[in-house]
Order: sequence, then C-alpha cells, then structure tokens
Amino acid sequence: MNTFRLSFYLTITLFVLSCKGNSIETAQIKAERIPIDKSINGDPEIERFIAPYKKHLNKTLDSALAYNPKSMLKSDGDLNTAIGNLMADIVMEQANPILVKRTGKEIDMVLLNHGGIRSGLNQGNITTRSAYALMPFENEIVVAELSGEKIVEMLTYLEQAKTAHPVSGVRIEMDQNYKVTRATINGKKIDKEKTYFVATSDYLQQGGDNMNFFKDPIALHQVDYKLRNAIIDYFKKVDTLKVEKDDRFIRK
Amino acid sequence: MKRRNFIQQTSAATAFIGFGGLSSLSFKPSNKKHITILHTNDVHSHIEPFGPEDSRNPNLGGVARRATLIQRIRNENPNTLLLDAGDIFQGTPYFNFYGGELEFKLMSKMKYDAATLGNHDFDNGIAGLYAQLPHAEFNFISSNYDFKNTLLDGHTQKYKVFTKDGVKIGVFGLGIELQGLVNKSLYKETKYLDPIETAQEMSSILKKEKNCDLIICLSHLGYEYSSDKVSDIKLAQATADIDLIIGGHTHTFLDKPRVEINKSGKKVLVNQVGCYGLYLGRIDFYLDDNNENQTTGVSLEV
Repeated sequence: MNTFRLSFYLTITLFVLSCKGNSIETAQIKAERIPIDKSINGDPEIERFIAPYKKHLNKTLDSALAYNPKSMLKSDGDLNTAIGNLMADIVMEQANPILVKRTGKEIDMVLLNHGGIRSGLNQGNITTRSAYALMPFENEIVVAELSGEKIVEMLTYLEQAKTAHPVSGVRIEMDQNYKVTRATINGKKIDKEKTYFVATSDYLQQGGDNMNFFKDPIALHQVDYKLRNAIIDYFKKVDTLKVEKDDRFIRK
Repeated sequence: MKRRNFIQQTSAATAFIGFGGLSSLSFKPSNKKHITILHTNDVHSHIEPFGPEDSRNPNLGGVARRATLIQRIRNENPNTLLLDAGDIFQGTPYFNFYGGELEFKLMSKMKYDAATLGNHDFDNGIAGLYAQLPHAEFNFISSNYDFKNTLLDGHTQKYKVFTKDGVKIGVFGLGIELQGLVNKSLYKETKYLDPIETAQEMSSILKKEKNCDLIICLSHLGYEYSSDKVSDIKLAQATADIDLIIGGHTHTFLDKPRVEINKSGKKVLVNQVGCYGLYLGRIDFYLDDNNENQTTGVSLEV
C-alpha cells in the first residue's frame, strides 16, 4: 500500500504544479486539463521516429513547382484580383476536361468566394506548401447545373456582396453603386430559359457564404477533384504564372 | 464485484478550494483503487507543435511532448487508460501525404488503448481507413455504426471491457450521423444507428452482463447544439449508467468536465479537450470497496 500512497501524492503534486489547467478536485474524482506546452520535453524516441516523415514531407512541400513573377494579394483589386482570377481560372481549366468526359457538357462559368483565398502568393518559386496555404481545406470542386433564373439571383447576390468573389467564364460590369449594367457568359447575355454549368466548391454549393442560389440545382455533377489538388496540378503544369487582374468583373 | 456508485457519493469542491482542505479530506487512500483516464479528441493529424509565430496556438501541442507527459503519468499510476474520441485524421499535410499511417503508428507507440471514429476518419473513404488499420495497435470502438456491408466489418468492436487493478472499465463508442457531413462515396454502406438507443443498450450490457465498475462513452457526437441535434449533453441526460462521456467533434475547450444529471437522477461527467493535441484530458477516479453502502454523499460541485 505504500507504493499506492506514494503515487497518490505524486498525483496531487503534479496537479498543483500544473495549475494552468482548471480542475475539479474531490476525494474520489479529480479532473484536469493539462496543456501540452514548451515545459514538456519531447520524447526523443518519438522525435526520431517522426524525423524521416517530416524530412520527406518538407522536401516535397518546398520543392518548386512554378515561378510567380509578381506577388499577388487578395486585397489588390476592387472586384477582381490576380490571385482570385488565378484560382477561378484554375478551376475552369482543370475541372472542365473531367466534366466533359463524364457528361459531355462544358463548364460555363466558375464562382468561388473571396474569403476562400486563404493566403497570398509571394513573388518567386511556388511550391506545394504555397498551395496548402492558399487552400488549406479539403473542399472538392462540384459543378451545379443552374437555371438562368438562378444566375440572375447570383448577380443580385454579387450586387449585395460588393466583394471580389473570384469568377471565370463570366463578364460582369457594375455601376458605381454596384448595380449590374451588363453580364455575359460565353460572350452572350444571360438567357433565363437556358441552363448553365457553374463550377464552385462543395462548401459554397451547400450554402456556404449564403450563396443560396447554389442550393437545389437542376443537377449536381461531382468531379471528385479537390480544389487544392487542382491548384497543385496546375502549378506543376505551368512554368510561370501569367494570370493578371483584368476586366472580367469591374465597376465603371 | 458490485459497481460502486462513486460519482453521486462524492464530496466535492471547486478547483482550488479543494487544496486547502486536502489534508483534512476523510478518505483513506489505502482503501481506494486509483484509475486514471487520459484522453484526446480531434487531433486532426497534428504531429508537430504549433510554431512560436502561430497566431492562435503558439508553442502548443506536439505528439513527442504528449508522449512524454503520458509516460510520466503512467509511471505515476500504471492503472491508466488512454483514449481518443475521433477525428484522428485530416488537418495537416501529414495526412495528405501518408494517409494516416504516421498518426496510427504514433498512437500505437504511445499505447493508446482505444479510439472511436470521427467523421474525418472517413476522409480517405472506408478503404483508406481500412488500409491504415495494420498500423494501429489499439482498438477501434464503434457501437452505432453498422459496418456489416463494408470493408470494416469485423475490424471494430461495439464495446470493450478493460480491467485495471481489478476494476472493470467498460468503453463503448458513438459516432455522428455521416449523411450530409461526409460524402456517401466515402462511407459507403455504413449504417448509422440511433446514438441514444445504442448507448442504452451498450451501457446496460456493460453494467448488467459485464459487471463493469465504470462505464465510459467515447463520443464524436459533439458537445452541445442550439438545435435538437443529439449531443453529448443530450446523451448524458437521456441515458442511465454512463459515468463519463469523453467527447469530440465540436472542438470544445472545457477547462473542467461538465456535470449532467442522467435519467435516473445520477451524475454524469462530460468532458472534451478542444482539438489538435493542444491539451491532454485527465480524470482520476478513486474507487472504494467500502463505500457502496454510503448513500448520503455530498453532491458533486464543479
């Protein structure tokens, strides 16, 4: 019983020492939340075990995939930015062949959300780590088949959002009060009788950022392609990033 | 062995008030058995600590540190159970690169006893999870997912009884409804069974048939919702015989367990330690063979 008594007092000692974690303390049940912080030295055996995985991971994450001649920030435009255009164009370029193969249809336009651009891209070498920073989430690209009516709802949403949500395939002009004055898809005015194939992320399609026009589409096509993987595949494909800020979505 | 009704007979005090009166506490350690429960949830592939520049969790977390802490506690009390409440996978490139292999290998090295499955553990599909099982030297306990028509059939357990220092600890596991949360192509024919009914069935088996002294539910249902959605709090209130619910999914940082009253009027502890391996939860139970006749215990206050 002596060993038990000893272990009991050690417990209390540890408890007192780690008082950063709040606790309930009773005669019979005791609880604490122990922070895993710098005061605890890492187990050297575990560190040795992790090391080769970490080395390989870092080597892969940090190897250059493409070159970026000009740094891109999500704040460098009014209603379109180089980095947003890049992301939307990547979705168009990478996902369209899959949709064509699966359905015979082409993607008409892409809409992402400005909040989904999770970092900028520095000038210089672009790596897999850059793609993880830009898109840390696991969202998949989906293609929603929307009625012309829903596209009009989308424009109303964009009028209210007044935000540089990334687009591709569509051209939108607004006046200074964010009222749409002209909108075309594939160079043609939006036809309420027609249906459009709009690529986005599964997050937005399911109502993220209140993009409710994406809910209950005529059809929803999976392309089984993560947004981040599309970005990485594009970076591997191109030598130098060329996408710029342009006039696809502007106020006049 | 009769189950000890320890929670409801506990004299209690809030955090530091307890210390002052420690020497005057009336229990006799020599008569008690001491079981330590350690737990994590939603570690999400966080292998390395957050760096000093991290805006939210600077210098916190890290598996190697957790391993040191667990070993220290085990040295102090060998009668320790180490449990995880799911979402082991997804969140850092370690998962994307190695598919969960490193997470399972490290949990095995730390000698986890059991884990339940979270929704993100299906992120590489049933097949992706199945492929990593050889790296896990611990039990997957899942009571309300029916994997019969999937690859996982026979690779999880509905419950498990651990015996530590003669104390029987029954553990069962509850997962969240996958529909709407996970792509069907990933979870395939997994059937979701009602968590409350399952919990009643499991705790009844563990208490009556297996004569467990302690019943722990590993849950990935989530702590509490403003809607009617089933949660750990609802589970605690709607069931009997569970002593401790170790939760996950909602990344809830509780600084101490919440005490709920179950449908038989007894107390249940509900705990959850946030996410990413930033904290280790620790709950020490002192069980006394002699106190089963005691019926007038002071209520537990937290």
